[in-house]
Amino acid sequence: MAKAKAKRIFTYVFLSIVAFVSIFPFFWMLVSSTNASVDVTKGRLLPGSVFLDNFNKLLDSTNLVQALGNSAIVSVISTILALLIGSLAGYGFEVYRTKSRDIVFNILLLSMMIPFAALMVPLYRMFATISGFAPFIGINTMAAVILPTITTAFLIFFFRQNTKMFPKEMLEAGRIDGLSEIGIFLKIYMPTMKTTYAAAAIITFMSSWNNYLWPLVVLQTPDQQTIPLLISNLGSSYSPDYGVIMTAIVIATLPTAIVFFIMQKHFVAGMVGSVK
Amino acid sequence: MNTGDSLQKKNNLTGWAFISLAVIGIVAFYFYPMLQALLLSFKSGVGANLEFTGLDNYKRLFIDTTFRTAVSNTFLYLIIQVPVMIILGLFISVLLNDSTLRFRSFFRTAIFLPCVTSLVAYSVVFKYLFSSDGMVNQFLMNLHVIAEPIQWITDPFWAKITIIIAVTWRWTGYNMIFYLSSLQNIDQSIYEAARIDGANAFTQFFKITVPLLKPIILFTSITSTIGTLQIFDEIMNITKGGPGNATMSISQYIYNLSFKYSPDFGYAATVSYSIVLMIIVLSIIQFKVAGERNG
Repeated sequence: MAKAKAKRIFTYVFLSIVAFVSIFPFFWMLVSSTNASVDVTKGRLLPGSVFLDNFNKLLDSTNLVQALGNSAIVSVISTILALLIGSLAGYGFEVYRTKSRDIVFNILLLSMMIPFAALMVPLYRMFATISGFAPFIGINTMAAVILPTITTAFLIFFFRQNTKMFPKEMLEAGRIDGLSEIGIFLKIYMPTMKTTYAAAAIITFMSSWNNYLWPLVVLQTPDQQTIPLLISNLGSSYSPDYGVIMTAIVIATLPTAIVFFIMQKHFVAGMVGSVK
Repeated sequence: MNTGDSLQKKNNLTGWAFISLAVIGIVAFYFYPMLQALLLSFKSGVGANLEFTGLDNYKRLFIDTTFRTAVSNTFLYLIIQVPVMIILGLFISVLLNDSTLRFRSFFRTAIFLPCVTSLVAYSVVFKYLFSSDGMVNQFLMNLHVIAEPIQWITDPFWAKITIIIAVTWRWTGYNMIFYLSSLQNIDQSIYEAARIDGANAFTQFFKITVPLLKPIILFTSITSTIGTLQIFDEIMNITKGGPGNATMSISQYIYNLSFKYSPDFGYAATVSYSIVLMIIVLSIIQFKVAGERNG
């Protein structure tokens, strides 16, 4: 009995320490966004009153609004297109299953093993070439940020796995009602699979909102930069204003944190569903 | 008969139509660039002026000390990082799987929280937490664990440790969620039977939990390995690869070769193929190890 009790206490102490370590940087970041730079360096852990000052300084010294807008455009368009392409393919592979398409599917999955570092240079050269005749999708455009991110083997795999649970009788019912194949997909499959789309949307939106390396390579002027680029630039300045930087980080983290808290269940289900 | 055949044909075409966009996208943005990188790796020159130089880049790879440093740093992160993250994630998830535990959902959410941050944002936060007059040093000095500040960012040894701590903070909760959901699928009666047979918690963990979770442990170890081999955002935003090249990763070296030093796309492509090779070799090893234990 005493042993069980000791184990209990250890569990609570250990989990509390881990939870504290996990939360502390968030707490510190929030508190620091309300304090002046000097107070942040002094290690002040109480909320201050200069959040608005920090926010105004941030607006004056950076293209914050534009960067937020750029990030929003990139993330929303990427998510919509990625979900469309991924679900069409996942559905196609599962509903119209043939041996030759299974082979194609396995080849597409191989792309998950390709590191982005290996694609970065050729992709940059590709878009540099495109710049010559189609400047609107070349280097330093939103299109160049979006295009390479909208087809992922992960989403195809994710939708295929979830399509296995889609009741096939509904397909037949749609055909008897005279719907075209694409009509079945749009009018029956998409509404039925709402939760699958929600999970995929959260994961895709988050990774797009937080994407750093490819935008860093392909976006070159301050008016095009996305939020991670703005934060990275602030973070590497020689005379950092800690309060202002923390304010920027809080603002950048807010959208994904809110999405996470509202849709926590879908998010976790989506991650786990992806490996089942 | 005839109509059946044409229906089959029609279905077959519809099937290809549904997957066509995805196939085009993956070929255009993954396989075609991979092929381009392979061709590039045999060329050298500055910027767009490249000419065929055969195996020169591959020869250069073997005598390049910066490349050697980047590879050994990346492997150091990998060797410490992946086991620590997996063991810690497993341990926490086993503790959290106890249905009589109070505040379970609080602990779960708190530990998972780091996964919603962007790599850049958390890296900048960690850079300041671990600066020489930062919170971590102040905390350790107040506890009298250390007498003077540790140079977390500017000392070659401690800079590596800082990167490892940061990555562990960010990803442990991510792995934990996978373990937790698989644990919930394990039939509790297996544990009851083991307890009746006199197996203690330790034996239960190694004889029941670990074997049943093996597929998911394999999955997380492969994704963590691939992720760690590509580590870039943290290095770029915490240490910029420094001091010297003490924390330089392979991805950052590729970035520097392409966009920071005078750009040598050919050699950068050669270095990038080294990551491809490492991922393939390590994935095969991990599959083999998991397969053999499967018996």
